[in-house]
Amino acid sequence: MKKIVIVVILASVILTTAVAMAGCSDRVVLNVFNWGEYIDESLIDRFEDETGIKVNYKTYDTNETLLAKLEAGGVSYDVVFPSDYAISEMIKSDMLLPIDFSNVPNFRYIDERFKNREYDPENMYSVPYFWGTIGILYNRNMVDDPVDSWNILWNEKYKGKILMKKDVRDSMGIALKVLGYSMNSTNDAELQEAKELLVRQKDLINGYYGDEIKDMIANGDAAMGVTYSGDFMDLYWDESTDFSYIGYGVPKEGTNLWFDAMVIPKGSKHKAEAEMFINFMLDPEIAFQNSNEVGYTSPNTEALQRMREESPEVFELPAYWPDDSIVQLSEVYIDLGEYKTIYNQIWMEVRIE
Amino acid sequence: MKKTAKRIYMGLVFLFLYAPIILLIVYSFNSSKSRGQWGGFTLKWYAELLQDRQIKEALYFTILIAVLATIISTIFGTLAAIGIHNMKRFPRSLSLNINNLPVLNPDIVTGVALMTLFITANLQLGFASMLIAHIVFCTPYVILAVLPKLRQLNRHLAEAAMDLGAKPSYALRKVIIPQITPGIVSGALIAFTLSIDDFVISFFTAGTQVTNLSILIYSMAKRGVKPSINALSTIMFLTVLVLLLLINKKSDKGEELLL
Repeated sequence: MKKIVIVVILASVILTTAVAMAGCSDRVVLNVFNWGEYIDESLIDRFEDETGIKVNYKTYDTNETLLAKLEAGGVSYDVVFPSDYAISEMIKSDMLLPIDFSNVPNFRYIDERFKNREYDPENMYSVPYFWGTIGILYNRNMVDDPVDSWNILWNEKYKGKILMKKDVRDSMGIALKVLGYSMNSTNDAELQEAKELLVRQKDLINGYYGDEIKDMIANGDAAMGVTYSGDFMDLYWDESTDFSYIGYGVPKEGTNLWFDAMVIPKGSKHKAEAEMFINFMLDPEIAFQNSNEVGYTSPNTEALQRMREESPEVFELPAYWPDDSIVQLSEVYIDLGEYKTIYNQIWMEVRIE
Repeated sequence: MKKTAKRIYMGLVFLFLYAPIILLIVYSFNSSKSRGQWGGFTLKWYAELLQDRQIKEALYFTILIAVLATIISTIFGTLAAIGIHNMKRFPRSLSLNINNLPVLNPDIVTGVALMTLFITANLQLGFASMLIAHIVFCTPYVILAVLPKLRQLNRHLAEAAMDLGAKPSYALRKVIIPQITPGIVSGALIAFTLSIDDFVISFFTAGTQVTNLSILIYSMAKRGVKPSINALSTIMFLTVLVLLLLINKKSDKGEELLL
């Protein structure tokens, strides 16, 4: 018994020292922080082999946790992948390093429509990674009307089988779009109209939900709901179950475009290597492989071209390739500044009434 | 009649407790990723588990930190409990109140507080900071587990041992510790469970280099948890089950429960 205790204590001391020492090395280590399951992991190995730079790849679940970690300090990440609104917040708080695009020549492959977007107007800090839309996920067996307008969410026929998103920007944005206003509106009259529209909808909906919407529609618990295009793509790419009875419509009034992009936070100690990594991800073959594995739409024109050759059927899906006319009418969320509290106030009133 | 009713009730309670875990185990063999439909029996998630670099790394850190934190916090906690037990009334209740702070505090407060402390002290966030954080939140539970056993001790035994010529450290090792061993063991088990389970505190004190299973699984929230996590959970559950059965079998045979 005494011997076991001594052995255990010795082992712990050795283990702790070993792990502490393991951190010391001369190779450059790039700290990459991304969403969970948002990359083809073999590409990380390939980058390491081709450049000799070691990649320490970690993951997070939401933009908020990413921001919390970066703002707290004490950490030094080299490449992170925030969403559009998070990027505009980070630019405002001066948390990003401007990218030296002479080190990222592959940026020329990015679709012109996705450069200089609202969250980074001079495109100094970010490089788009994946993009998509918000739309209506629906069960074909339960919906016989065409799903091409936000109005269907107010259709009496589907009372009790409609799911709206818990998110304040998404729900307010949809109501504003139905009325023909901007999703970033700061006009009090318009916001009041949107509020009344949402209140009128309350009788018709099953409730306000988050990530469960996808599962509820797949199970037949609801006929339609608001989701990201990515949710549809996840169901589409699931080879083991037949989800052909699920559809996704992008309303013709226009919708919200979301972007996840690569940025370099201020604490980075290896900016040149970070730019190498970004450039690597933009390489046509790499971008194609990545987009193929993750299943979302790439902003890289060469990757899209190859995707068209290999899987043309996927371009028929509005979730993967929305019509350009709709993309032109769609907006990226911008920071509302002081109107953030007003939106939250209105949303709270909608939820309570 | 009453006995059957009791059995049925107990069965229902166990069903309620274990149904989710059983479902998890069943789905670890499901070839469909969907949580609603059965696609056929497969072992591919277990194969994928063995190849997944991220999961293996997370598992390594989770177990390493859990084992180290348990050992260190058990030693600290036991010694602290013995010290607290021997204090006079006022210092004792003061110490106990301070001890209860990490227990009562929400995890996020403890996590952010520790992170701020480390950053202020210029300690690079990484393995050391996460280990220290785990020791910090595990030790109070060990103290709480050992103290009741100390109270049940016959306090004259240690005195008697020393009267007979034992040095205090000998009395500690041979008289006190063997009697409070059940408390130490349950304290160690609580510490281990808490450490493996922890997300919030680990997340804020991990830095860029280390991670653990909870952090990894939470990061899968956006795109859906990988089925290989079901496989991993099944393996962990079965390991713990086997260990518990072995430990219980040993004590059934009449042998004392040793560390």
